[in-house]
Amino acid sequence: MKIAVASGKGGTGKTLLATNLFNVIQQSGYAVDLIDCDAEEPNDQQFIKGKLQGQQLVTQNIPVIDKDRCTFCGKCQEFCQYNAIIIVRSHQHIRVFEDLCHDCGACGYACQSGAISWQAKTTGTLTTYEYNQHSLLVEGRIAVGVYSSVPLISQAIKGAKPEQITILDAPPGTSCPFIATVNEADFVVLVTEPTPFGLNDLRLSVQALQHLNIPFGVVINRGGLGNQDVHRFLTENKLPLLDEIPFDRRIAQLYSEGELITNNISAYNKQFQELFIRIKKQIEHDRDSHT
Amino acid sequence: MTEIAILSGKGGTGKSSLSAALATLASKVVVADCDVDAANLHLVLHPDNYREETYVSGQKAVIDAAKCSHCGACMDYCRFDAIRQTNHTFQVIETACDGCQLCTRVCPEEAISMVNQDKSRWFAADIPNGKMIHARLAPGEDNSGRLVNLVRDQAREAALELNTDLILIDGPPGIGCPAISSLTGIDKVVLVSEPSKSGIHDLKRIVKLAQHFRVKIYVVINKYDLSSSLSKALEDWCQLMRIPIIGKLPFDRLVVDAMVNGESITNWAPDSAISHEIRKIWNKLIQHE
Repeated sequence: MKIAVASGKGGTGKTLLATNLFNVIQQSGYAVDLIDCDAEEPNDQQFIKGKLQGQQLVTQNIPVIDKDRCTFCGKCQEFCQYNAIIIVRSHQHIRVFEDLCHDCGACGYACQSGAISWQAKTTGTLTTYEYNQHSLLVEGRIAVGVYSSVPLISQAIKGAKPEQITILDAPPGTSCPFIATVNEADFVVLVTEPTPFGLNDLRLSVQALQHLNIPFGVVINRGGLGNQDVHRFLTENKLPLLDEIPFDRRIAQLYSEGELITNNISAYNKQFQELFIRIKKQIEHDRDSHT
Repeated sequence: MTEIAILSGKGGTGKSSLSAALATLASKVVVADCDVDAANLHLVLHPDNYREETYVSGQKAVIDAAKCSHCGACMDYCRFDAIRQTNHTFQVIETACDGCQLCTRVCPEEAISMVNQDKSRWFAADIPNGKMIHARLAPGEDNSGRLVNLVRDQAREAALELNTDLILIDGPPGIGCPAISSLTGIDKVVLVSEPSKSGIHDLKRIVKLAQHFRVKIYVVINKYDLSSSLSKALEDWCQLMRIPIIGKLPFDRLVVDAMVNGESITNWAPDSAISHEIRKIWNKLIQHE
């Protein structure tokens, strides 16, 4: 079972939720893994200090053109939807823009003269850490300057073990990296804050998840700040509120130091254990109402 | 024309609140909200006289079941695992399709066609001291970087029309395609950071990206009172990298109050200490040449 922790707005507390949820689940003896899918700015590893187990380079294919074979016919340029190949026929010039290439393979299919081969280009890393013997943290991290984290996210999630719980710490927003993460999840925990920005972005995330037909529940972080509009929105739309974490300076401080609140404040440990039970109940409830 | 972007790497550091304040301090400005996933500035900048336009983000493949001969070539060739076979029908998984069109080319029956993704929108509106452009990428649609470019093109046109030299860009979190598009070719970037280990980690990655584009970098430390030791570490690192810190803002509930009341902090509480500090940031930013 895969549970994604996501939010439209950045900085609402996704990482706080994901790492502390992971922590209490593994404390209760469950086999649980955590995959940091926020590959542009991964932070889970600062909170989950496990033992380095291995690192894998993630690559994509880039076309390499054999200029002796190339007839400069222009077919590959025509087939490439990403403007990653430029040909100047009159000058017998051809160039590949690696940053624009999506690794779709169309140019290779287009080429009739066998001038295109493939070369691997590193786009990021997947690093695995072992935590308390029975749990893993997998961190996805794209290299600076790489446009899309989607292939890396997909590869990271492919390694999830179906028989156990996996927490996915999703990237912010509602575009491709977010979709690539939540699409693989059985349930999504949406984190928001009770402010106008929080509500606006929550609405967008809710629309996205409803469109994709993925069950979800909402956690309000920094409760007590802002106003009641998020609560009203949830009630009016009959969306499940899973939990509310108060605005507490101690949380901000522990977070800033890279510490888990569930290891430092017992009341929060209890709150997260209860949250986990509520998530499980909500998943069962959604499953029952589906069948 | 001067294009100044506000970015942060890490989300929730206070980018949009600072952008809103700077936007209301400018005498005449075009604001480009380039957080096309989750634009927020329109909530506090009082936009009026809206114009709404469709943005075609790309195309996705659709298989005509009547023509399909179930040969499976499309599935074999697709590198995005976007084609699924259930029983005897082949279907495109919309969210996985990248729009590369290779399947349309390999299909011997010509059963696959491309359809436009046209649910995304972009908006232009008047604000009291200029114009704002923002956009909404429909969930799951691609090419957020291209939409950012469109918002920026429209902002430049609006600036010419308005006869102003100043464009303020509120960027998205992260360092991926929309962030790269927000950084390309701009003059200055203000990176809003916070004194936390993750804040510092994320700042380092976006600094590396901004340096790659040779943009003049400034840092603002938000919620600096959260941790004095990490705030110090952040300052030391910036000093080492020769990046000027043009402001340090404390955590202040007034900022949230302003947002709840649909105002920027400098409009909501102009005499507060934090607004005073933001005016200093603004002056440094437009004077620094």
